[in-house]
Amino acid sequence: MTDAPDHRPTMADVPIADRIARAMPLLLVPILLVVGFVAIGNPSSWLTLTVSGLAMGMMIFIMASGLTLVFGLMDVISFGHGAFISVGAFVGISVVLGLAEWAQAPSLLLNLGVVLLAVLAAMAVTGLLGWAFERVIVKPVYGAHLKQILVTVGGLIVIEQLIHVIWGPDEIFFARPEMLKGAFTFWGAALEKFRLLAVVIGLVLFVAMRLVFRRTRIGLIVRAGVENGEMVEALGYRLRLVFVGVFIAGSALAGLGGVMWGLYQEVITAGMGEEMMILVFIVVIIGGLGSVEGAFIGALMVGLLQNYIAFLEPKLALISNIGLMTAILMWRPQGMMPVVKAK
Amino acid sequence: MSDPILRLEGVHTDIAQYHILHGVDLDVPRGAVTMLLGRNGVGKTTTLRTIIGHWTARAGRIAFDGADITAMRTSDRARAGIGYVPEDMGIFSDLTVEENMTLAAVSGPLDPVRRDRIFAAFPPLRTFWRSAAGTLSGGQKQMLSIARAMAEERRLYLIDEPTKGLAPAIVSTMAGALRDLKTEGASILLVEQNFAVAKALGDHAAVMDDGRIIWSGPMQTLATDAALLERLMGLSMEQA
Repeated sequence: MTDAPDHRPTMADVPIADRIARAMPLLLVPILLVVGFVAIGNPSSWLTLTVSGLAMGMMIFIMASGLTLVFGLMDVISFGHGAFISVGAFVGISVVLGLAEWAQAPSLLLNLGVVLLAVLAAMAVTGLLGWAFERVIVKPVYGAHLKQILVTVGGLIVIEQLIHVIWGPDEIFFARPEMLKGAFTFWGAALEKFRLLAVVIGLVLFVAMRLVFRRTRIGLIVRAGVENGEMVEALGYRLRLVFVGVFIAGSALAGLGGVMWGLYQEVITAGMGEEMMILVFIVVIIGGLGSVEGAFIGALMVGLLQNYIAFLEPKLALISNIGLMTAILMWRPQGMMPVVKAK
Repeated sequence: MSDPILRLEGVHTDIAQYHILHGVDLDVPRGAVTMLLGRNGVGKTTTLRTIIGHWTARAGRIAFDGADITAMRTSDRARAGIGYVPEDMGIFSDLTVEENMTLAAVSGPLDPVRRDRIFAAFPPLRTFWRSAAGTLSGGQKQMLSIARAMAEERRLYLIDEPTKGLAPAIVSTMAGALRDLKTEGASILLVEQNFAVAKALGDHAAVMDDGRIIWSGPMQTLATDAALLERLMGLSMEQA
């Protein structure tokens, strides 16, 4: 056996400026929190806005996480994602309205049970719908971005019209489950109960996704597939099956995001998913294509910035997210933590 | 040649509008190293990619160990026992060396005996086991690329230019590892531009030009026949 040369790793002496530059995406949210605190000046207002921003960010992350994986792993631009958000909201809220007795009972257990059933129903329906969407609409246009945009926008319109057919053309107003209404008062700040629940669900989902991606073989396959799908196949894995699985999971997450967003707004419309897609795309792009961690940071930044700006300078809130995206892309044209290079 | 491990018969491959392989006929014998030689752009990499299934053969037949695999999926070809090391190494930079190897062991956890054999062949992989593969040097990446193909029992290895751009010491490590694979009975189809390495490792050679095999035979014959070498490869004996 030929001996290889001896390799003794030594750690490079990286200048502090380079270390900070590398870690900067992870520091952006803490920096934003501090800047927000200084600019707002009032601790209780800052806390209320921060929880509101984090809740909004978590819900956008739930919707964006699936899309960034579909982008990264499958190289598919799917505007149909917006339809899954709307369908998820309508299915989930139908469950909440159908179980009105549980929802209106002054029992946290029953109320959370309703939300859980709504989420499960929404994820099951949107997962199935995602599977059908991939088979019928996306599969014929793999590798053709322009066709993907055209055909998935078409799919989005068709599904929105189907929502009108099934649930009627009007928006649906409803009340959140009883125990999720109102707010806690903490340190002089009003913290809405539902927003806290959204933060918890978002965090649990992020940790679960991290564990799946870092600790399981399927997570390894997905991470490797985002980087070099051809090589994953050459090792012996059927990436097509993984593609379909990721599309179904991404659609189900969009459905989950739709239910959460519906409960947050207390009104649902067929076009709500389409409207959310602007924020979702901003998050996916500034996070870096294919990066769940990037989407998480990006979503929190979008949520926090929108709330802070709306308080400080309401007129600027309309352009805060586009401004954020412009600034991030001028700094890092591939997004903060890209897994795949934009083509 | 009797009972080759791999046989290509009249294989034609198109890439987009380009007709790259014009009827490749090639036999790869068992338990030997076959060098696929030729100038740049004659179709060597396309031949390997067609065998593993990254490109689909438009016409012709590919038989692996007697079974027709022409229409088989890439993943099924790999699971049938074909290991592939692409020219760009195909390393998953975002994954650690350990994760690259874990992923390569498709049938279950990486066999410790096999892992130790890989460490013996490529000691840097032990050193950098938990480092991101993207931080490895070019030579170390190439070691990982070959080690990954060795993570499972393979009957045939397709290896595309494993010594390209590497320092002589690393080339020697690669050559040693490939020799060990051959000693263990594996069959290897190797694309190599470095004729000295090809001569040292190869038992057989097949020379390509314009998408066809224009000569095949024992490596020894090619390496010692000055006129043949000049005609097929454009090399003088001194250069070889």
